[in-house]
Formats: sequence, structure tokens, C-alpha cells
Amino acid sequence: MNTAVKVKDLSVIIGNHFRALDNINLELPVGKTIGVIGPSGAGKTTLIRCIVGRLRITSGDIMIFGQSAGSPELREQLSYMTQELSVYPDLTVIENLRYFVTMAGKSKKSAHEIIDGVLKDVDMTNRAGNLVRNLSTGQKQRVSLAIALIGRPKLMVLDEPTVGLDPVLRDKLWKLFARLAGEGITLIITSHTMDEAERCDDLVLIRDGKLVSHSTPSELRKRTNSKTVEESFLKLVGGQE
Amino acid sequence: MSIVKTLATSRRVLNQLLHDPRTLAMMFVVPPVLLTIMKYVFQDQSRVFDHIAPMLLGVFPLTMMFLITSIVTLRERTSGTLDRLMTMPISKFDFIFGYAIVFCFLGFLQATITGFVMFNILGVNVAAGYLPTIIAAVLTASLGTALGLFMSAFASSEFQAIQYMPAFIFPQLLTCGLFVARDSMATPLQWFSNIMPLIYSVDAMKQVTDNSAWTSALTGDLVVVVAFVVGALIFGSLTIRRREKS
Repeated sequence: MNTAVKVKDLSVIIGNHFRALDNINLELPVGKTIGVIGPSGAGKTTLIRCIVGRLRITSGDIMIFGQSAGSPELREQLSYMTQELSVYPDLTVIENLRYFVTMAGKSKKSAHEIIDGVLKDVDMTNRAGNLVRNLSTGQKQRVSLAIALIGRPKLMVLDEPTVGLDPVLRDKLWKLFARLAGEGITLIITSHTMDEAERCDDLVLIRDGKLVSHSTPSELRKRTNSKTVEESFLKLVGGQE
Repeated sequence: MSIVKTLATSRRVLNQLLHDPRTLAMMFVVPPVLLTIMKYVFQDQSRVFDHIAPMLLGVFPLTMMFLITSIVTLRERTSGTLDRLMTMPISKFDFIFGYAIVFCFLGFLQATITGFVMFNILGVNVAAGYLPTIIAAVLTASLGTALGLFMSAFASSEFQAIQYMPAFIFPQLLTCGLFVARDSMATPLQWFSNIMPLIYSVDAMKQVTDNSAWTSALTGDLVVVVAFVVGALIFGSLTIRRREKS
């Protein structure tokens, strides 16, 4: 297995006492959709902020494609879609994309092609000239995703990318994620929704900052003797509530 | 640092403001209107107005630019865009200087428009004339920009950013010599105003009001203002962390 992300003995203590992540060990494969699931406050966002290099870790280390998380060389190889929309509402869709294309270090020559491509990916070509603040929540979410797609990074880290989207759009986006994984891109996606968890190649289940399970959805179902991932989730996590 | 990315940031911020007519009105209409109101507040005391108008030409742009810059930058910090940018191949200086360039340019426009109204419509006489007055006003507006960029790091919401006006700007306004001559204030207040940047802007405006030639005191005041601008920008960029503390 080629490893995209290797997390070793990762702990994060927030403030002086709160252990947000506790001794996490993980190896995430290349070219897969990896779902990070867990109840609210479990540590999902903390984990992915450590992976993208935005949060200082207390102990342990994270290697991404053989390089330490947060190292400058990785900045052209990964993209991060935050839980907040992280787009400029007072710019048009195309102005947002143009800006982030430049920030991603792509040439002016390739910008047009990149923008056309990501707009098609998220089905927003006909909204390119609209101000983001005038778009619906789902459309804003798609603009944010389009920015994460710029330059086809090797690793995409998406924090709840489908929140607030209707089922049809969610289905479309999950098909897009599967297509991207097929192209060799590794996607780490946090989610609360169990039907989305079923669609991941790999599932990382976290609770109270601890790793509860890391397996494929079918292995998880088998191990917990459950019919669905939701049932497995409830057995592993819900029963302890 | 990349000049392409710095200028792209300036262009992006400018585009954002161009889509927001209310902010533009706040920048370019409010200071001349306030100055005009002051003219009629002092309608029977035109000498007093002639004396304080140049100081207000410094104070109004500083407060406006402080407010606008701190809120715009804070939005960047809280909306997730800064988080996203800090995972991308950009330098934080691209970000901070991108902001500084565009707001200093807007400060120049603001000072020019307000100065035009003050000289040509309100008929204020300033001994040093147009150019030194505008230079001092532009640097003061730049000071407001740099302080806004810096102070935004210490606010976690727009509500808190607005609170910095009474907490950080108002004490300077009260002690900068606009209302009472500084040497007649209590000594501790004089010490306080000596270490705050606004006094040097107001002093520079006094210099252009009182002297027809460019004085060494004016140069000294403007050098201190520039030093505060550079210092605030450097400290502002230090408050942007690539990797945040856990």
C-alpha cells in the first residue's frame, strides 16, 4: 500500500489540560476517499488541521508523502476546504477562483483552463459572474470546493464539504470524489452523515480524541456484526454516550 | 515573497471594496461631510476652524481607515479564508503588504478628496499649502491602516474590533492636543500621548498649519509616523501564524 498520510503517536493538548487528540496512529492510503467520522467535538477538525499543518501538535508526528506536515514543499500538493465557507462573499465566483489560482502559484496562461475545469466539476459554470453573497448555501459550498480543486492537488482535505447540500447535489459530489480518487488523488473528508460514510473507501472513527476504528466500511460492519455503518457507529460510539 | 501574489491580494481587496458601495461612501464621503459639519459648527469662529480643520483632516481618515481595515482583516481571519491561504504556497508578507498597498492607496484618495474639499470648498487657509498637508494626511491614513491591520489580531469578532475605537483610538484623540494644548494637560497624560502615534500626526498637521515652509519638526513628526506604520505592519504580519498554537 502506498501511504499518503502517516500519523504516529499524535497527541494534541489544547490549553493546559484538554486532550483534543490522544495518541493517534494511522496510515492513510493514496488514491482513496477516507472518511473521518465521529460525534461533535470528537477531534475530527483538530486532526485535519494538524494534517494540513495549521495546528501545532503537542507530540508525535505526521508525514505526508514522506514529508513533515506543514512543510513548505507540501503547500503545492494539498488543498484544504475549511468548515467555514472560506470564500470571499463580496467577490464574484470567477474573481474568487482567479485569486486562488494565483495564490496556488499557477500561471496566468493556465488559469483560464483551470477555472473552466473546476467550474464544470462543481456544476457552477453558469454562475461564474455572480457575487458569492447572492448564491445559496449549497452554491457557496460548491465554490469553496471548486477552490479546493484548483490544480488537482495530490491530497484534498475537506471539512464537512456537503453540509447543507440537497441529496441530489451530495450524490453528485460523492461521485466527483470517487472520480478524483480514481485519478490518484487522496481525499480526507469529515462527515456527520452515515450514508456518506458508507461511500468512503476507508473510515476513521474518532471519539473523545481517541481512535476507535480504522477500516473499510464493510470490515467495520462485519466486525460489529451490523447491517449498516450507522449501526456500527452506534454500537461503537452511541452505546458509550 | 512574490510581487505577483502581493499585487493579486491588493487587486482582490480592491475588487471586494468596489462591490461594497457603503464602505466606499464611508471612506470618501464621510470625512468631507464631517469636515463640512465642523465648518458650520464653528461658523462664527472661522479662525478656530482654520486651525483645527487640518488636524481633523488627519484624525478623520485615521479613524475611518482604522475601523475599515481592522474589520476587513478580521473577516479574513474569522471566515476561514486566512486558514485556507496559510496552507497555500504564499508568504504572509504577500498577504499583509497586499492589504497595506491597497489601503494606503485608498488613504491617498481619501486624503486628496477631503483635502480638496477643505481647501477649495470650505476655503481653509493652511500656511504650508496643499502638498505638505496632503502628504501628512496620507501618512496619517496609512497609520490608521497599519494600526487596523495590527489590532485586528486581538479581536475575535467584529463587535470586539469596533470596541478598539473607544479603547485604543479615543484616548489618543483626547490627549493629542486637539481639544486642549498638550502642555496644559496632567504630566502622566503628556507621557501617555508621547508614546502614542496619533500625537505625531496631529503635530505634523499643526506644523503645516503654522509654518509656510517645510520644517525639520514636520520631517521629524512624519518620520515617527512612518516608523509606527512600518512597526505596525511588521508586528501585524507576526500575528499571522502559519501554524497556530494548540
